[in-house]
Amino acid sequence: MLSIEEVIHIERLARLKLTDKEREMYRNQLNDVLNYAAKLDEIDTSNVPPMYHVLPVSNVLREDIPRENFSQREALSNAPLEEGGFFVIPPILGGEE
Amino acid sequence: MELADLTAHELLELISKKELSPQEVVKSCIDRLERYESKIKAYLFIRNPEEVINSVKEDAPYSAIPIAIKDNILVKGLPNTCASKILANFIAPYNATVIERLNKRSFNIMGKTNLDEFAMGSSTENSAFGPTRNPWDIERVPGGSSGGSAASVAIGSAIWALGSDTGGSIRQPASFCGVVGLKPTYGTVSRYGLVAFASSLDQIGPITKDVTDCALLYSFINGYDPNDSTSLNIKPYIYSPLKGDIKGIKIGLIRELLGEGVDPLVKRCMEDVVKTFEDLGAVVEEVSLPHISYSVPTYYILAPAEASSNLARFDGVRYGFRASGKTAEEMMSNTRGEGFGPEVKRRIMLGTYVLSAGYYEAFYLKALKFRNLIASDFRKVFERFDVLISPTSPILPFKLGEKVENPLEMYLADICTIPINLAGLPAISIPCGFVDNLPVGLQIIGPVFSEAKLFEVAYGFEQATPFHKKRPQLGGITNGV
Repeated sequence: MLSIEEVIHIERLARLKLTDKEREMYRNQLNDVLNYAAKLDEIDTSNVPPMYHVLPVSNVLREDIPRENFSQREALSNAPLEEGGFFVIPPILGGEE
Repeated sequence: MELADLTAHELLELISKKELSPQEVVKSCIDRLERYESKIKAYLFIRNPEEVINSVKEDAPYSAIPIAIKDNILVKGLPNTCASKILANFIAPYNATVIERLNKRSFNIMGKTNLDEFAMGSSTENSAFGPTRNPWDIERVPGGSSGGSAASVAIGSAIWALGSDTGGSIRQPASFCGVVGLKPTYGTVSRYGLVAFASSLDQIGPITKDVTDCALLYSFINGYDPNDSTSLNIKPYIYSPLKGDIKGIKIGLIRELLGEGVDPLVKRCMEDVVKTFEDLGAVVEEVSLPHISYSVPTYYILAPAEASSNLARFDGVRYGFRASGKTAEEMMSNTRGEGFGPEVKRRIMLGTYVLSAGYYEAFYLKALKFRNLIASDFRKVFERFDVLISPTSPILPFKLGEKVENPLEMYLADICTIPINLAGLPAISIPCGFVDNLPVGLQIIGPVFSEAKLFEVAYGFEQATPFHKKRPQLGGITNGV
């Protein structure tokens, strides 16, 4: 059974601020889903290789040649806060009163 | 029958014979919008009707046949909300590759359709802007997540539509709305410009009134795209008129998808389906895919894991909604907490958990192994069968609010469609019957790149049955509520 502390830990990893009510709800619902997922313990899969992808392709690269793309104006067009061609965010460090 | 009730290929033929002025179709669809959209709520954004009419060009027949686009596929200059508060004011700065391809044929977009937030859900109830309703019974859900696209095609406010399918999000709403939906082979349709949910599972595909329209629209959107690193550089599907000859083909009826949890009325429809195929000269045999019953737990580990990673980009920095916060981290956490709805948060929490230290092997890695087992089951049976069949959904369209309180119950109803995404296969859903005037969908599954064969089998069934000609009794919508 997932504890509230674990829920708060996941919430922090996901950068997802929850209310106390949401924490309790997700704790119960995640437990339901994880208990159901325990069905996967029915079969021994120690010799089965994991399948990350259905396609037999990997490392698809292109030549490093610049091509036409967004202008700075277009890239900033949906920015919540912008100044002098930059995205503006609150301070990374500090902010304590 | 009005023009909005016809299929694209029927309308194109009328236009080419000059029996119809091209603007008439658009006007008929706009008329449907005016009459029914306030009840159905298929769209999140509708283009100015004048503009849609004026976009019809004499020398471009597809401009006469309005298309609806799911609101997680970018159309330059139009809003793209993914039905989420976090993207409420987002304007797409570029076109998805599928839109570029449609633009080459001067396709005329009617609007952007409603979905479960970020395509997570099976009922379109998880939209931050309110649910879409099923045109066959507005007390019921249209399915999801492409519920808006399926409903718009069913009521005729668009002639055809694009959706996206990660675990059934094209096929299940097509089934619930009595229309046709194709989830193509993974890698055949570019995902560039589709807002990512679970990148190893997502595919864009058509939602149409019949199989011919489906094949036609698929032929326009499929093909290699260097902007999508998972796009396959293979010969694309090219449309040619369907014949529907299915004599002698071998069809496997998936035993596990007709067991517990399947509505007996849906089962009865499947019995009729088998009989129809046999009458057409196909050989139908029951077949077992032993690991398919593990699909739901496998999917509900893998898809949320990928989603939790993909949705990390919505942090209030570069686009979308931003909440306040004293530090960048606080701002991001608040933005995500306030901007995402309950189902999206649930999946981010679940996905973050199964990827976190100490649980990765027990959940995520284990699910990847089951993915392999499920894909192997399909590979093995396709040595003996041309196609496989199952119901698209084990249950009939359910009432709004009936399942929102119990996410696990909603997840379990995805059992028939999920395994196909896990294995990367193509599958089509077509109408195969009605129960109390509610549509039932048949899912036909093929090996990779077998779209041409799927269309033939689906077309053979369609032409032998009356279901694709049935339209919802729209009069009931205005009188009923």
